[in-house]
Amino acid sequence: MNHASPTAPCRLRINGQHYAADLPPSVTLLDLLRERLDLTGTKKGCDHGQCGACTVLIDGKRVKSCLVLAVSIPDAAVITIEGINQDGQLHPMQQAFIDADAFQCGYCTPGQIMSAIALLEEDHAHSREEIREFMSGNLCRCGAYNGIVEAIEHVIAQQDQDSKGEAA
Amino acid sequence: MRNFSYSRPGTFDEACRVTEHTRFLAGGTNLIDLMKSDVERPAHVTDLKSLSMNQIEELPDGGLRLGALATNADTAAHPLVIRHLPLLASAILAGASPQIRNVATNGGNLNQRTRCHYFYDPDMVCNKRSPGTGCSARGGRNRIMAVLGTSEACIATFPSDMCVALAALNAMVNLHGPEGERSVALRDYHRLPGETPWIDNVLQQGEIVTSIDLPSVSFGEHYTYLKIRDRLSFAFSIVSVAVGLEMESGLIRRGCLALGGVGTKPWCVPEAEALMKDKPPSHSLFRDVAERILEGAVVDRDNAAKLKLAPRVIERALWQAAEGTPQSQTCKTIR
Repeated sequence: MNHASPTAPCRLRINGQHYAADLPPSVTLLDLLRERLDLTGTKKGCDHGQCGACTVLIDGKRVKSCLVLAVSIPDAAVITIEGINQDGQLHPMQQAFIDADAFQCGYCTPGQIMSAIALLEEDHAHSREEIREFMSGNLCRCGAYNGIVEAIEHVIAQQDQDSKGEAA
Repeated sequence: MRNFSYSRPGTFDEACRVTEHTRFLAGGTNLIDLMKSDVERPAHVTDLKSLSMNQIEELPDGGLRLGALATNADTAAHPLVIRHLPLLASAILAGASPQIRNVATNGGNLNQRTRCHYFYDPDMVCNKRSPGTGCSARGGRNRIMAVLGTSEACIATFPSDMCVALAALNAMVNLHGPEGERSVALRDYHRLPGETPWIDNVLQQGEIVTSIDLPSVSFGEHYTYLKIRDRLSFAFSIVSVAVGLEMESGLIRRGCLALGGVGTKPWCVPEAEALMKDKPPSHSLFRDVAERILEGAVVDRDNAAKLKLAPRVIERALWQAAEGTPQSQTCKTIR
């Protein structure tokens, strides 16, 4: 190829902060977050798109950051687990995971929470079966699945109550 | 991952100018994984995502055109797809996971590689990865491997769910290349391995899938995508079946049928589909259809179970379609 180059420009907004650098194109978004920006809340599990521990939001959609090249999403808005707290308070999904005992070792938890937040936005959580199916991209080796589903159901119930309160 | 140079061309003509050491990047969910496993080692990656190919639109004849860069998730959730081609939406939702479907594209789905364990393991010989080295899957741990369309050189399955539905729906694949544009039937797009299993499909160097056209069909509720796998979610199929039936007065006017998980490409046999024409659904008919589409199957060490399982899954899927009770990809109960 002409102009073969070992780097390419990377421009992102990560948790609201602008980031720009020339990076080797082989750097994944996951490795950028963890190794260059010290955002280690996003976890590396399998590094092959199978476990979901590296789930982040890109322009509002949940993706596996281990399978995305950092240079390939120019000007994207990336939200990681570090970016979801609301005015210093835990995100309701974080609080629900604590309340429902939805983790044991905690390694998959940031990915589970990011996936669960997106799941609610996607409107794919109308039944327990649907929650389980649409959370199938996040594995939990401790087997905290029942707690995870319970936490998600709790947040949905909370949202329903809030919207009823607003309507009243 | 080995490093590579990277470009993001804004025009097709620019994108088409590649060497044999170039790989096209769309969603990347398979390519990046293969690069991490050192199966793919491109010197250059040409990112196609600046080319505008993400539309889903109705065609004048009532069919649909799916842009190659539309994501699997956006395609399955698109109102036109849900209304006109629920079989396709169902097959897409049976594959991968929500995070993968948010990134993976329709064009990429056609061009993904096999998930044969030996293909993924550079320590093992594999004709698909390293031409002429041999096939570790033959006589190896091969319960997931193909029984149809295999050769001495390769028994790897083509892993897509979406393409099984596209095959049943008689999709056309639109291509843009250095020599211009052309269209290929999805059923002819993937190649049998033969003596050259490293060539997966008919794409020429520099050719890009731009869109997929789907003819209008009138299956109503008489369709299903039934996928049998080792776990109920986020697993590749052992046997999957896409069926659409055009029914009228209790008769099947036209039957469309394709198999996944059992073939080296999405598996269709027009003679098996023709058996259903103007017949009422019956156990003997569906048994004959299953027998015909599986004709010529060859088992290896561990995958004989597929030949027991496949006829049952085919017959069950045909009944689901005939009765208008398509398989839900959320509730896993098989009716």
